[in-house]
Amino acid sequence: MTQSSMSFVRDKMLTQQKPPVSEVGAVRWVRENLFSSPLNGFLTLISLYVVYWIIASSLPWFLNGVWTANSLGECRQIIEANAGPGAEGACWAILRERWHQFLFGFYPMDAYWRPVLAFGLMLMALAPALYYGLRRVNMLMLGTVSVLTLLGMLGVGTDGFHLLLSVVVFAALFAVAALMPKKLLWLTLVYPLVGFYLLWGGSVWGPVGVAIGFGLLVVVWNKLQSRLGAVVAGGIAVAVALIWWLQVQPMVTTPLAHMMPIRLMSVDSDQFGGFLLSFVIGVTAVSASLPMGLLLALGRRSDMVFIKSVSVVFIEFIRGVPLITMLFTASLLLNYFLPPRSNFDLILRVIILVTFFAAAYIAEVIRGGLAALPKGQSEAADALGLDYWQAQRFIILPQALKISIPGIVSSFIGLFKDTTLVALVGLADPLQGITKMVRADINWKGVYWEPLLFVGVIFFIFCFGMSRYSMYLERKLKTDHR
Amino acid sequence: MKKSVFLGTLVATSLLAGFASASTLDDVKARGELICGSNTGLTGFGAPDATGQYMGFDADLCKAVAAAVLGDASKVKYVPTTGETRFTALASGEVDMLVRNSTWTFSRDNDLKLDFVAVNYYDGQGFMVRKDLGVSSAKELDGATICIQTGTTTELNLADFFKTNNINYTPVTIQDDAEGQRQFLAGACDAYTTDASGLAALRATLPSPADYVVLPEIISKEPLGPVVRHGDNQWGDIVRWTYYALVAAEEKGITKANIEEVAASTNDPEVKRMLGLEGDLGAMMGLDKEWAKRAIAANGNYGEIFEANIGASTPIGLARGLNAQWTQGGLQYAPPFR
Repeated sequence: MTQSSMSFVRDKMLTQQKPPVSEVGAVRWVRENLFSSPLNGFLTLISLYVVYWIIASSLPWFLNGVWTANSLGECRQIIEANAGPGAEGACWAILRERWHQFLFGFYPMDAYWRPVLAFGLMLMALAPALYYGLRRVNMLMLGTVSVLTLLGMLGVGTDGFHLLLSVVVFAALFAVAALMPKKLLWLTLVYPLVGFYLLWGGSVWGPVGVAIGFGLLVVVWNKLQSRLGAVVAGGIAVAVALIWWLQVQPMVTTPLAHMMPIRLMSVDSDQFGGFLLSFVIGVTAVSASLPMGLLLALGRRSDMVFIKSVSVVFIEFIRGVPLITMLFTASLLLNYFLPPRSNFDLILRVIILVTFFAAAYIAEVIRGGLAALPKGQSEAADALGLDYWQAQRFIILPQALKISIPGIVSSFIGLFKDTTLVALVGLADPLQGITKMVRADINWKGVYWEPLLFVGVIFFIFCFGMSRYSMYLERKLKTDHR
Repeated sequence: MKKSVFLGTLVATSLLAGFASASTLDDVKARGELICGSNTGLTGFGAPDATGQYMGFDADLCKAVAAAVLGDASKVKYVPTTGETRFTALASGEVDMLVRNSTWTFSRDNDLKLDFVAVNYYDGQGFMVRKDLGVSSAKELDGATICIQTGTTTELNLADFFKTNNINYTPVTIQDDAEGQRQFLAGACDAYTTDASGLAALRATLPSPADYVVLPEIISKEPLGPVVRHGDNQWGDIVRWTYYALVAAEEKGITKANIEEVAASTNDPEVKRMLGLEGDLGAMMGLDKEWAKRAIAANGNYGEIFEANIGASTPIGLARGLNAQWTQGGLQYAPPFR
């Protein structure tokens, strides 16, 4: 025996062993997340059972779904033939036959390309507002939306001329986005008129006249602002624009319409329905209520008694009344105050009142953001010699709006979903109005879940999209280092 | 009570305003379009088809009036109204006439200041049960659960019926027809109650109609008909007599197909007066001679309209019953054209 062999010194490294099976990979994850305590394990088992139960009871219904049939009775026969007697299945054929009514209501069928194009352009007009000056994002968004819009237009059967025209417009917009992305904001500015013209149709000169009015307003304001101050110049500019719109414009546009009759078939707003109606009401109310709410919020914090009390009364009155009351006011009560047989569009009435409703809520959300700013911010602005509007624009609002983003977006999501309430005043919203009309067809009477699922999925896509965007915006604008 | 006073005041205010303006007939002619208040969707009576055209028993009456007044049955704009908005839409002048399964009642006629000019469908509330329940009369429904739409006259009728017969029931309230159908199919209630025409449409769309029976009792009177505003009697007469022209045409055997032939060959003086071959009945209410001819030619006579939309040849399969001609034991009876 040698000395060395007696010593208890390890001269070789042990090979690395694998970690215990309970500490790695899926097993560890399950242990830590699902079965970390008896209570959690119990809850996990219950949840698994609930998930299993939901899938087991609804999966056959989805798998047996029928897409081609002419009535619910036919659907039932096909399901019985395929899956045996007593089997239940979805009758998606109702969507196959009526999908266009869920999307467009009673909009003339050969003009479906107009709402599709208007929707595509709306997304494009949003891009520069949402991602101002970001060349790559703008190009990506414009490119994707162009392709999707063209596919959509092909899907609803657009004629070659309008398709070609759209391709040219999209290509031009894409070029602008690639070369000077900031100029794309012009699209956002003119979009309301373009959208109006596409959806309602009529002579092109009406919207052009309105645009000229706005042009006059801006030019006059710019010329006078330095000499007379913002408020007086604004007043004069508005007066000039009003004179143009009410007096001069008809004299100019009517002859123009005769000389160059560029027009689209005009569509009455009572032909709007389904998601088209929801979007028209939702998008108009959202985009009009944001500036209105901003002014109301500033008004409520103002020192001027009159402005302050007007804002407070407006906000508190509107917030004190349910939206349904506003809708009934729009549909029933306003008729009694208008001259007899005056035909003031119901959808317009609804849009105005929904906008007021949203503006009151947005105003309070923004006021929350304003209140969160320390007083030093506005004092600093004063010390720099900025006037009230400059202070608001450069110092106060950028910070206050950033704080208010989650609140604003959730107001918008709520508003968008609330547009389905218009069914109560007889408008054809997708959830109740169109669904009820479609179910009244003897062929589809008795279909229950399918339309609701379809409408629900579309609403989810848009609301989820809005919510993700608000999260992106919060990350992008985050300046603290928490 | 307060609500009806309030509504009544509103209606009265609008009436005062209405008197000052032109008559409905002039308005319709000037507009070149009849605005017809319709249901947001009721099987067989009025609902848009896949192309967005309103079809149905009530819609056809609107088309007939448009044909009589404007000479074109397609010049109708349908304004969907809900149970809440229908009467205000009419009173405020938003629609010219309302043809929307509205029951003619005393208070609607007097308190709301509306005129029900005719009854184009005599309906009544009935019950449907599963066959295996073994019930053959509504009076045997003691202790049953019954699916019923909230906020309708059917709810009140049901309570009255069970009270008079001294039996009990448990109501299962539902929001609309589709939900009711689901609940009834799922077995949430023993019986489903609504208007008999609605029951027939419901039964036609059940997976196995033979398993269900409609009980013989009709527990209420629901005379449904076109409604116009109080105070414009000329317009009311036009709607009323357009409707009666359709009823009389069935009685006289004038159909959409043979109307030209009848006009050329008839010796019946009443038919001649009606079709404008003799006298000038149309001028008495501000229309031309051929108003009734156009109304009948639009969709056929009353019987044809009934058969095409809700009659025995359609899936709904309603029998004429009370809505047969008076000569066949029904209640449809047109006063003489003289």
